[in-house]
Amino acid sequence: MPTSTQTTVSGPAGAPDPDSRPASGPAQTPKAVVRPGDRIFSAATLIAGILILLILAGVALFLLAQSKDTINAQISDPSSITGGHGFFAYVWPLVVGTLISSAIALLVATPFALGIALFTTHMAPRKLAPVLGYVIDLLAAIPSVVYGLWGIALAGNLTAFYLWLSKWFGWIPIFAPDADGSVSNTGRTLLTASLVLSIMILPIITSLTREIFLQTPRLQEEAALALGATRWEMIRMSVLPFGKSGIASATMLGLGRALGETMAVAMILSPGLLTASLVVSGNQTIASEIAQNFPEAAGLRLSELITVGLVLFVITLLVNMAARAIVAKTSVKGS
Amino acid sequence: MLTTSDNSTAKSRTLTSKQLPKATPWVIAVASIIVAIIISFIAFGGFNIPVVAVLAGLINIVAVFALSMSYEGRRKATDRAATTIVTSSFILACVPLISLLWLTVSKGGAAINGDLLSRTMLGMKGVLDQQYVAGEATLSGGFYHAIVGTVLITVAACIISIPIGVLTAIYLVEYSGKNKLGKAITFLVDVMTGIPSIVAGLFAFALFSTIANVIMPGAAGIAKTGFTAAVALSVLMIPIVVRNTEEILRLVPMDLREASYALGVPKWKTIVKIVLPTSVSGILSGVTIAIARVIGETAPIMVTAGFAKTLNWNLFSGWMSTLPTYIYDSQLRPVSPGDAALASSERAWAAALVLVTLVMVLNLLARIIAKVLAPKAGR
Repeated sequence: MPTSTQTTVSGPAGAPDPDSRPASGPAQTPKAVVRPGDRIFSAATLIAGILILLILAGVALFLLAQSKDTINAQISDPSSITGGHGFFAYVWPLVVGTLISSAIALLVATPFALGIALFTTHMAPRKLAPVLGYVIDLLAAIPSVVYGLWGIALAGNLTAFYLWLSKWFGWIPIFAPDADGSVSNTGRTLLTASLVLSIMILPIITSLTREIFLQTPRLQEEAALALGATRWEMIRMSVLPFGKSGIASATMLGLGRALGETMAVAMILSPGLLTASLVVSGNQTIASEIAQNFPEAAGLRLSELITVGLVLFVITLLVNMAARAIVAKTSVKGS
Repeated sequence: MLTTSDNSTAKSRTLTSKQLPKATPWVIAVASIIVAIIISFIAFGGFNIPVVAVLAGLINIVAVFALSMSYEGRRKATDRAATTIVTSSFILACVPLISLLWLTVSKGGAAINGDLLSRTMLGMKGVLDQQYVAGEATLSGGFYHAIVGTVLITVAACIISIPIGVLTAIYLVEYSGKNKLGKAITFLVDVMTGIPSIVAGLFAFALFSTIANVIMPGAAGIAKTGFTAAVALSVLMIPIVVRNTEEILRLVPMDLREASYALGVPKWKTIVKIVLPTSVSGILSGVTIAIARVIGETAPIMVTAGFAKTLNWNLFSGWMSTLPTYIYDSQLRPVSPGDAALASSERAWAAALVLVTLVMVLNLLARIIAKVLAPKAGR
């Protein structure tokens, strides 16, 4: 910490310091001079820091305040809430839809992300590698609405694949066709949305794991190679174990992103009731439910959507904390 | 990686184990693509790109493994198979990303022109779009108002979040030491990074509609303004600015600070005159990356600023449109439904091209700033 060597100039955290120059007498033990500039500046930085605490508390508080109507309605008259069976019956399918789509996105994206990260750090030609890493970073910056637009344009191409899936794998509930044996003819299903989500979180997981892989101690890698390991053995013995906690936290951060991702799902999915099958239209996620209904919402409906947002906030909070816990736990062992 | 595959002939066998010639993976890759195309013609009655791609990948992996197994042994074979899998997963993952960029450039490039950039949706009627689709008129409408909205809201978000973010980072690095507040802030900044963007939007809306309700009961609707959107974006932007700035400030050598203190320079002056100038390139490029991140946000804008059809320069009253919300609105709620929705879709793609270009330029700018303004390496 930079301050540890510099304690004489200013008090900790710029807190009001009663015995600085103007207040205390000159005869006391020599004290370091605290200039007004120091006071003002340290107070300003402190205020900025505290503001962050306030903002986060504010997020929770104001969402709660606006959810008041929903909570009242839930207590007095659950049937007035959308769906007619109370708030939990309303929010449950949304939570399930959110979790399913994020889980699929994560399952699809993680292996590819690891592949790309390994490729760009350890397998690509030396000259090409930084360029590839840079391209991946650029792709992480593409706005989600553009992914949504792209997903809409291409969703129709997936219907043939979904038909094939439902024909051969229809006995698995998630690929089951409609009652009349068809699948969504626009391709705008939860599976499509999840696949687009996986493409969206791919660059994020990749760039995080890439950074971890780049930090693998060179000596360990070279030692492995010197002992006669093939490149894959070297990766398995030195790169992957070193990056384990990093990979875990990267996937969790990817999951957090997928959970809260709104636009791609809101644009691609044609929402409906919760169904087990992912190749027919139906299902909905929290973020997309809010986005699709918020512009027209008023009164109780508005409050409901804000409460749903609060639920999403809590879920992502839990996921992020879990990610941090994993990192804390594994990194102690690793280092 | 150093390999001795150049001399895999019989002479060198005494020193190195048997190895396949260097070109083998390429030959196998080409051969498996050809085989996959043949299978596709026989089994699926035509050239089907996804089928060919998947088949070629599978055949390639199996062939590489089998050949290497029989000639080089198990360990080499595993290595080659892993390399093949990793490489093909990289190629496979590039396909959607390239397709996205290509579609944006081709569709957006076909639709974009100066008129779209300089007009708003004022006076837009479904008839105009129907005429365009029928080929009787040029594409009308535009997104000048969305560009203005994007710039205004982003600038406002920067004005709010850059001072807070940079000052917080200074507090964390220069003042907090290891105290509890510093730790709490670090933790909460981490938490803030994970806030879903739509929740940030809901927060800003809830905040301002509560305030609006207090001032004027029943007038929560006036909470939807550009400024509310800017606050929502700040919630997303502050943690990025704090993180990037903190990282850079920690890189400033302690020697510089100590040299300054030794000359009797007060702490705040040391920070302002020594620490910040040293790290200015990093801070600016971090801020630029944060801007690039929030400029493409859609969800927080649509819940806080609505969808404006016309130009609005006032951040503090009335709805505003930004490029992302314009894209969303045009695509999902076209001016004219049915066939003429194509016109709205074309405008959306043109706006997407502008937005993607903007984000790319900002990212490049961040790189350039980091390079150009970086402090000269000593000695």
